[in-house]
Order: sequence, then structure tokens, then C-alpha cells
Amino acid sequence: MKKTLFALAASCAVMLSGQALADSHAKTKACFIYIGPTGDFGWTYQHDQGRLAVEAELGDKVETAYLENVPESAEAQRPIEAFARSGCNIIFTTSFNYMDPTNKAAKKHPKVKFEHATGFKRESANISTYSSKFYQGRYVQGQIAAKLSKTGVAGYIASFPIPEVVRGINAFILGAQSVNPDFKLKVVWVSTWFDPPKEADAAKALIDQGVDIITQHTDSTAAMQVASERGIKAFGQASDMIKFGPNTQLTAIIDDWAPYYVERVKAVMEGTWEQQDVWHGMADGNVVMAPYTNMPDDVAAMATKTAAAIKDGSLEPFTGPVTKQDGSEWLKDGEKSDIGTLLGMNFYVKGVDDKLPQ
Amino acid sequence: MRIELQKRPDISKLYSILSPLIALALMVVAGAIMFILLGKNPFHGLYVYFIEPLTDPWSREQILVKATPLTLIAIGLAVCFRSGNWNIGAEGQYLIGGMFGAMIPVLFHGWESPLLLPLMLIMGMAGGALYGFIPAILKSRFGTNEILTSLMLVYVAQQFVDWVVRGPWRDPQGMGFPGTKSFNDSGLLPKIFEFGDAHYGAVIAVIAAVALWFMLSKTLKGFEIAVLGQSPRAGRFAGFSAKQMTLFAFLISGAMAGLAGIGEVSGTVGKLDDKLSLGYGFAAIIVAFLGRLNPLGIVAAGLVLALSYIGGEAAQISIGVSDRATRVFQGLLLFFVLACDTLIHYRVVLVSSVKARM
Repeated sequence: MKKTLFALAASCAVMLSGQALADSHAKTKACFIYIGPTGDFGWTYQHDQGRLAVEAELGDKVETAYLENVPESAEAQRPIEAFARSGCNIIFTTSFNYMDPTNKAAKKHPKVKFEHATGFKRESANISTYSSKFYQGRYVQGQIAAKLSKTGVAGYIASFPIPEVVRGINAFILGAQSVNPDFKLKVVWVSTWFDPPKEADAAKALIDQGVDIITQHTDSTAAMQVASERGIKAFGQASDMIKFGPNTQLTAIIDDWAPYYVERVKAVMEGTWEQQDVWHGMADGNVVMAPYTNMPDDVAAMATKTAAAIKDGSLEPFTGPVTKQDGSEWLKDGEKSDIGTLLGMNFYVKGVDDKLPQ
Repeated sequence: MRIELQKRPDISKLYSILSPLIALALMVVAGAIMFILLGKNPFHGLYVYFIEPLTDPWSREQILVKATPLTLIAIGLAVCFRSGNWNIGAEGQYLIGGMFGAMIPVLFHGWESPLLLPLMLIMGMAGGALYGFIPAILKSRFGTNEILTSLMLVYVAQQFVDWVVRGPWRDPQGMGFPGTKSFNDSGLLPKIFEFGDAHYGAVIAVIAAVALWFMLSKTLKGFEIAVLGQSPRAGRFAGFSAKQMTLFAFLISGAMAGLAGIGEVSGTVGKLDDKLSLGYGFAAIIVAFLGRLNPLGIVAAGLVLALSYIGGEAAQISIGVSDRATRVFQGLLLFFVLACDTLIHYRVVLVSSVKARM
């Protein structure tokens, strides 16, 4: 017994010293702050897949770490700083409201590189922002919904009325109207990114109001599961959720962060990292449509064609004529939206059956 | 042979001091086993968890920040628990205190005055005390079980504060995120060190702890609390009123929880948001018992529990254990503390089974 204990202690000591050696600064350390658990099978799951891709691609030259369930509040400041102090070379903060804590930490730690997802503030030279044109996928979804819906009304589970979310809602209804000009969209605001029971309740409420297709801008698979139970169709969000609704999911917008994360970590390694603000989309492979399932072939063919047109640039979802919800004209026939209006979008287009919270 | 617990004629002085230390030691052993099961090096894990945060001034300060609300709530609970009143709802009193304290800077936003901060602190204490008064009145007037009522009122408080920050008090410029406007400088508790995070709430907590310690151990009121807590019947003969004691104890503990709430709002967050409740009100129950219901012991216990939060984050960062591990550690700690308390009142004896049957 004593011998076993001794052996155990000795092996632990060896492990300890081994760890100490491995911790020396030959590796580049990439760190990630997540809003939800890595097992949300949506937003955070996809970011974590990106982190794993960094490990797979760059092997021993890199080391990664992550913190999950970090609230979007003053509480986020400490974990971000803890990362910066623990030797991370690059820190990805992956939710909108980490904006101020990330900028604060960036000022305090000028040698560490910061990457903030979906934000717009870059207050020091060592912070970049990145996002994806999720709205491109929303347009495709809108077309599919208008083709398949019997009630002519789809439901949208929304998180917070920030431009990114409003843009998605507008792109969805514009896609739908390109097929059926009278298509309607109901919106429920749940004021959270990840709260499966709340998301499920929102889905139930929407179904009770007569929608027969659901899409969401929240992170869990709850709505997909409710849609399955109630026998209607739904779109996966952020990740391919087909496992949670094999007979329910029509397609999903897959956020593929892997190429960006690998590129940026590599840039840190090679000393070529520079501040930037990127907004990649389908053309860059950052927004990917999951296989078109549970729909007739002609609808799938239409969706494939639309996605291809968006990818090659021949179709831009925000192209006129577009009327705002209040009846005023936004885009003239053939006119394309300028990027500033897209980035700051704070109004609905016609057809959204909801009042935008202010 | 079997093990039997025999009641001691008197409580054991030795074990009163030893039992929290034994509990800590048992938790360390259980923690080591947990690390081994997770496939991590237990020595390195425990080092990262419980030692490393103490070696760095920055994380020492973070421990201070975390310990402040825990300590304030727990010293109030100590008064309550000692008098035989089981206030499980400190979490709710903490939230309502935070909300009451935030009332002036939210409703009179822009009012700068040296009076603002003291008023906020008083309002916070008043809010917590009033909210604690509800279960106290219910108990003393109608004989309801205060464990149930105080606990259930937590959920009421959570929903209420959540509604307030999403509805009437929401910052119109906050992009729909739940939370009030940020307070002006005169509504913020000043920091102890320049560029640091620790605020003067920590100093207030220590002063309050000394004051309550004095009251409990040196005054007639303290004697009354002890008598009524240990033997309500004897207390009645001495002319003490158990009903008035219930009101008094809940007022004190509610006020302390409320002070912790406004301290957190004004010292750490700088506004009222929906993330104020991080379970401090419940964690403080562990702190109160770990500190042997003695306000001075609680100051130390608050630091220990704060260490488990900060260490838990460090462990996530450097060895990749889940944030759930922190919760498990805290749960283990309370479990062992309560279990070891048995040793104070009981003697463990081995009894041969033959003898026992006679």
C-alpha cells in the first residue's frame, strides 16, 4: 500500500515538472471567452469547433484555453484579464456585449492581441473585430419558408434588438417576400442568448399563434426540439442541428469560424497580426448552409441556386425596391444598401408583424 | 462492531475550532480525487485552485472583490441563524437591496452630490431590511415557516429585478440589453487602489463584521440572541420575546444583504443589470457556517470561498476543468462543514455489536 502511494506521488511529481516544462513560452496561446456552454450545439459550440480546428491545424505550436458561461456583464472583465495575465497571446471574446470589457482589457495589455466577435469598437491598436454575414443565409431561409409554409406566417425567436439581429429578421422577410409578397413574420424577443426553457416557451407561443416554420437567433436547440414535437418545420441556428430534428430541420446557417481562427492565430505566430475589421460571408466560407432536408426537390433546387447567387455576388439580399415598416421608401428599384445602414440597422422592413423594441 | 454517536454533555471546545479545518482538509482530499477522476494531476490542480491565486497581487484583489458581498451577507445571516431564525432568502434581500440602492441614481440620473453615495447605501440597507421583514412578519404573526417563505421570496425578487431592468429602468441607449444607465462617478463606491478593482465595500464589510461581533459577544442583545437561539423556553422565562427577536434578526440580516447588493451595484458593476444575482445569497450560507456563525470567523471564511471562485476560474484557464467544478467544490465544502459539526455535539465511539444488543 505504502509503495503504491509512493509510486503515485512520484508519478504526480513527474507530471508536475513535465507540465512546468511544457508551460514555457515556445507555444502560442490562443484563448476563448464563451457566452454559453460548449455543449449548446449552437453558437458557442461552433466557436469551440473553431478552437479545436486551431489545435488540429497548428498542432504543438499552439495551446488553447477557454472559459464558458461567462456572463455579458461587469463579471466578464475579470476572466478576460485573467486570460491576458495568464500568458494568452491572442484572446477571442465571442459575444456582442463583451465589447466594453474587451476594449478595457486591450488598453491594459497592449502586448496581447484581442479579437472581438460581432462588435464595432476598436479603441486601441491591439483589438480587431470580426463577424459574418449571417443575413445571407437568412435570405435563403426566408425563400424556403415562403415556399413551404401553409399558413403564410413564420416565427422568429430573437435575442436582443442589436443591428445584427434586426438585419437577420429583415433579410428573412425579404427572402420570403421574393417568393410570396404577402408573407408575414412574427417575432418574439426573449432577451437572452442562451436559455433553453425560455427559447422553448417562445417557440410554443409562436406555434400557438399559427406559425408553421420557426427560425431563431438564440443559441440552443430548444426551439428545434419543440418544433419536432409539434410537427412543424424549423431552421437550425449557428450549427447544424439536424440531430435534434431529423424530420424537422430544413437547413441551418452554419457559422464556420475555423478558417478565421486558424488565420489569426497563425498571424500572431508569424508576427504579422494587424488590427482589422472583417465581415466575411458565404463567399469566404464563413457562412455555410447545411444540407437542404425535409423539403421537395424543387424547393431545395431553388435554395441551392439562391445560395450560389449570393456566394458569387450576383444576388445581394438588400437590393431595392424595399419599403420600411413605416411605409417610407428605403431602397429604390435596383439600389443596394450601403454598408453603414446595414451595420447600424435599427428599423424593420415591411411585412414584419412586430414593433421593434427601442 | 459498529460506530455510534454519543451526545456530549457539553459542546466540545476543541472540535469547535477543529471542525472547519477538518472539513477543509476533507474537501482538499475529495478535490484531489475529483482531479484524478478528471484525468488531471491532483497536486497541480489543487495548487492552481488554492495557492496560485494567493501569489499574485491582481488575483488577491479579485478575491477581495468576491469576498466582500459574501462576507456582508454572511455576517447578517450569522445573527439570524444564531437566534434560531432560518433566513434562506438572503439572495432576494441582496437583489432588492441592490435595486433600492440603485433607485436614486436611476430615477435622478445626472444628480451629482457627495450625499448620493451615502443615500444609496442607506436605501440599499432599507430595501434589504424591508424585504427581510416580510418573512419575519409572516413568522411572528402567523407562525409560517420562514425557511419556505424567505426562499420563495427569492424567486419573486429575481423576477421583479429582471422585469425592472428590462422594462421601466432599461437604458434607452443600451441596444435592448437589460440594464440601467451607468451611474455617474458620485454614485460609485471609490476604489481602494488606483487602477485597481477592490472598492471600499471591503472596508465596510470588515467594520460591519467587527460591529456585529461586538454586539453578539459583548452586549445584552447578543446574550438574548444566544439564549433565544439555544432555548426559546429559557428565553421566555428570562423575559425575552422570540417574536421580536425574529423581526430584529431578519431586519439585521436583510439590511446586511441589502448593503452587499448596493455595494456590488455601485462598487463593481456601476449600474443595475440582470446579472447582479450570481448566487452570493446562497453561497453566503456556506460562508456563515464555515465561519462558525462568528462575524470575525466569517471574514476569513468569506476569503476562503472567494478563493474557490477565483481559483476555479484559474483552473479552467490553465488546466481546463469545467466551471461546474467550482460549484462541486463549494458544495463539498458545505457538506463537510455540516458533517464535521456533528463532532462538536457528539462523540464517535466504537461499540461491539453484542454489547449493543443488550
